[in-house]
Amino acid sequence: MTEERILRRKWRSGVGVVVVTLLATMLSLRFSARPVRAADQPGAECLACHGDKSTTTTRGGKTVSLFVDPKKFAGSVHASFGCTGCHADLEGKDLPHEKPLPVKCGTCHSTEQDLYTKSLHGKAIARGDPLAPHCVSCHGNHDILPVKDPRSSVTPLKIPFVCGQCHQEGTPVSRNREIAQDNILGNYSESIHGEALMKKGLAVAPTCATCHTAHSILPHTDPASSINRKNIANTCTKCHTQIEAVHRKVIRGELWEKQANVLPACPDCHQPHKIRNVFYELGMANADCMRCHSDEKLRRARDGQSMYVNADEVAHSRHSKIACSQCHSEVNASRVRACETITHKVDCTACHDEIGKQYVTSIHGQQVAKNDPNAPICKDCHGTHGILGKQDPQSSTFAVNVPSLCARCHREGQKAAVRYTGYQHEIITNYTESIHGTLLKNGLTVTATCTSCHTAHHILPRTDPASSVNANNVPNTCGQCHHGIEEQFENSIHSKRVSGYSKPLPVCNDCHTAHSIHRTDENSFRLNVMATCGRCHEDIAKTYFDTYHGKVSKLGYTKAAKCYDCHGSHDVLKVTDPRSHLSRANVAATCGKCHEGANRRFAGYLTHATHHDPKKYPFIFYTFWGMTGLLVGTFVVGGIHTLLWLPRAFQMRRELRADEEKDAHAPETPDSKGGTDA
Amino acid sequence: MPEGGILEKPSVTSTSLPKDEGEERQFVRFTRLQRILHICMIVSFLSLATTGLTLKFSYTRWAAIVSHLLGGFESAGNIHRSAAIVMFGVFITHLVDLYKLKRREHSTWRSLVLGPGSMVPNRRDLTELIGTLKWFLGLGERPAYGRWTYWEKFDYFAVFWGIAVIGSTGLTLWFPVLFTRFIPGSFLNVATIVHSDEALLATGFIFTVHFFNTHLRPEKFPMDITVFTGRMPLEELKRDKPREYEALVASGKLEENMGEPYQPIVIRTIRAFAWAALAVGFSTVLWIIYAVLFAYQ
Repeated sequence: MTEERILRRKWRSGVGVVVVTLLATMLSLRFSARPVRAADQPGAECLACHGDKSTTTTRGGKTVSLFVDPKKFAGSVHASFGCTGCHADLEGKDLPHEKPLPVKCGTCHSTEQDLYTKSLHGKAIARGDPLAPHCVSCHGNHDILPVKDPRSSVTPLKIPFVCGQCHQEGTPVSRNREIAQDNILGNYSESIHGEALMKKGLAVAPTCATCHTAHSILPHTDPASSINRKNIANTCTKCHTQIEAVHRKVIRGELWEKQANVLPACPDCHQPHKIRNVFYELGMANADCMRCHSDEKLRRARDGQSMYVNADEVAHSRHSKIACSQCHSEVNASRVRACETITHKVDCTACHDEIGKQYVTSIHGQQVAKNDPNAPICKDCHGTHGILGKQDPQSSTFAVNVPSLCARCHREGQKAAVRYTGYQHEIITNYTESIHGTLLKNGLTVTATCTSCHTAHHILPRTDPASSVNANNVPNTCGQCHHGIEEQFENSIHSKRVSGYSKPLPVCNDCHTAHSIHRTDENSFRLNVMATCGRCHEDIAKTYFDTYHGKVSKLGYTKAAKCYDCHGSHDVLKVTDPRSHLSRANVAATCGKCHEGANRRFAGYLTHATHHDPKKYPFIFYTFWGMTGLLVGTFVVGGIHTLLWLPRAFQMRRELRADEEKDAHAPETPDSKGGTDA
Repeated sequence: MPEGGILEKPSVTSTSLPKDEGEERQFVRFTRLQRILHICMIVSFLSLATTGLTLKFSYTRWAAIVSHLLGGFESAGNIHRSAAIVMFGVFITHLVDLYKLKRREHSTWRSLVLGPGSMVPNRRDLTELIGTLKWFLGLGERPAYGRWTYWEKFDYFAVFWGIAVIGSTGLTLWFPVLFTRFIPGSFLNVATIVHSDEALLATGFIFTVHFFNTHLRPEKFPMDITVFTGRMPLEELKRDKPREYEALVASGKLEENMGEPYQPIVIRTIRAFAWAALAVGFSTVLWIIYAVLFAYQ
């Protein structure tokens, strides 16, 4: 056999197997359907009449259709029970039968029935409320499908509409029944939950029934209600399982479930039906608090401190949308005085967690940990109920107000200044007079204030390596604003990276000072810079004063070249570095800044020459001593001459006086004088 | 300034004669130009000294105060340079005057230099120096000095030397960019030292030795103002410069060199100026002594 023939035979036998299998399946389906149809016989009997659309009856003068769609019924979850499975009272009745009794779903669905009976809806039914919903109001009747079937009337995607039949605006229920919330369906559809479900089609998003339950719907005042204050957390955490982690600081984790009543409940912040991914206006507790705290005379019994809260102040504060109980946690709404359960002071870090962590490590936080009475806490700087954002000009933390804020403690004589042992004194005064302070006074809010350098919440003494004003961090701190200068500085010889020195090198404040920073073109800076550089470059600064520039600078002449006029300021480099202002290639141009037309030979002037150093400057040394020799020699000769002369000069004076007296006594003859002298 | 003063004409003959000893006619020693030049030189020199020393002793508090009083360093520098111009002017005027003198009274420069009224030291000055030293030590009589004593000649040439040395270095420092076209930059350092030390020498010498020798000698105390008035009493000429007096009497030229004295108000003004100059000079000396001996850096 060829390969082709073998393949053809195999294909034929395969087709045969498929055909046989199909036939067998069709037969088995036919035979297995038969008993169902046999069992459906009573249904078929009912549908003989009810399957006809024209079957009607008259109830209360109205014509009511008695049509049951056989197709829908056949597809419903209850099809297998036939008609009399539910309409049991019609079993064996002659046709046409009387009006059947209401179907009792609870016969099978006893759990749901029990819950329903106790529920708000169930009780309304019991009261005979005509608006109260029955099972069929939500589930339908002959066409009930499994909940998981997307066509079901109670599939999650349809729930809002099912409930909305009664609970949307304008319905008799919304108009005639007392329901705390309004515009429920509208709010829900715009909420994060509604948006997910209805706009994004997220089937697991919570629907009405997720929170209110399907059958055990109870008012929120009922302790058994899923939306009772006590239970709401449980309800929400069915989905938001890890929410404690997010809210750890708002509500202490262990209290979350056990004592939800002492804590703000979810809807205190996330308003029901309006839940968005942001905080919402609230304040259900504020009114309760203000019942007492709006009294201006309210005082704490313990120490007489005023407990008055200016609602207007709060309303205009940064926290206007934060409820009292969000800061003053531990309140217990079930008490008449909800606040009597408060044991701790307000902990701002509940929300401001990151800042809190910084603050704890700061010097202020460290002092608080040591129970230092002088240590400032949040409210000392930020205030309490009237707290304002730092962008608000009225705020104590608005840039312009920061120096006076810090000055409360750090001004000379105040509590922080008196315990300070370092060398920075009069910092507030100095700052105010500094370039930064002057600019701030003129209203330039982007200039450096205390917090720009010291940070607001991570303030540390400069000795701390983590401090923003530690020598290692100062260039970076100043560089936040003076970025270009920081870049230059990092490439200068004063940068550790360039010089490779291990010893301390100067940073910004070593030359510019910390608080008395002035413009570098101001006289005070120009005249002091030699002393500044001289703190490290002691010898070279001394020799500067031996030459012209130094001497006239000493006399207060600001225009003469100062250290940085030649060496550069932030870009100072070794003179051997080709990039230095004083390198062979650049020096003439550097001199030329002041001495127009200066050439390379002019630059040969020794700006640091001293006559004290015979090795380095021999000709200057010898010129000096040569001149000094001439000077001393001349004075010695002249001096000796004069000293020797003195006795003779006095002698002459005495003789002269004697002659004068003689002349005065004797009658004058003009010629006699001449004779005496000769 | 050889013989220059001889031609001075009395300028007060027409004014009413003062009473007392002022009535006596006086010997005229200096010409008007010479007196004016000396006054200009005093003003210029004091200005140069005070402004220059502020720089030299910039490390003393005094320097800062003086500099401030002069209107700051920049102003002090301007004063210094203006005074230098005056000094150069005085120097050049004197040279021109000398040239005129030569044209008028001497056929050759040699005659001017070696003539009897010349400022150039000669053999007799050496003899008088030795004689003076002997007199100081009690070994002889006071020499009979002529028109110019050897110390006056020394002072005269000290100015020539000073102007040459201080003036040239001063110009170098004034125009450093120009001069470093020809000389190395480090010469500016040398020029600074030479300028300032030579100036210190000049200042110190003038304010001590010259002041003593010429103005404050005990026998002339409180002050000899001949250089300002141009006149000295004949008695003083006889006493101080006997040889000149003899020569004048011998040549019969004494009478043509006599002039009327100035009025007391003029004398008082001159004395006030002279005292002021002395005061500045002595203050400067004290400052120098303090700066060099007690505050030196």
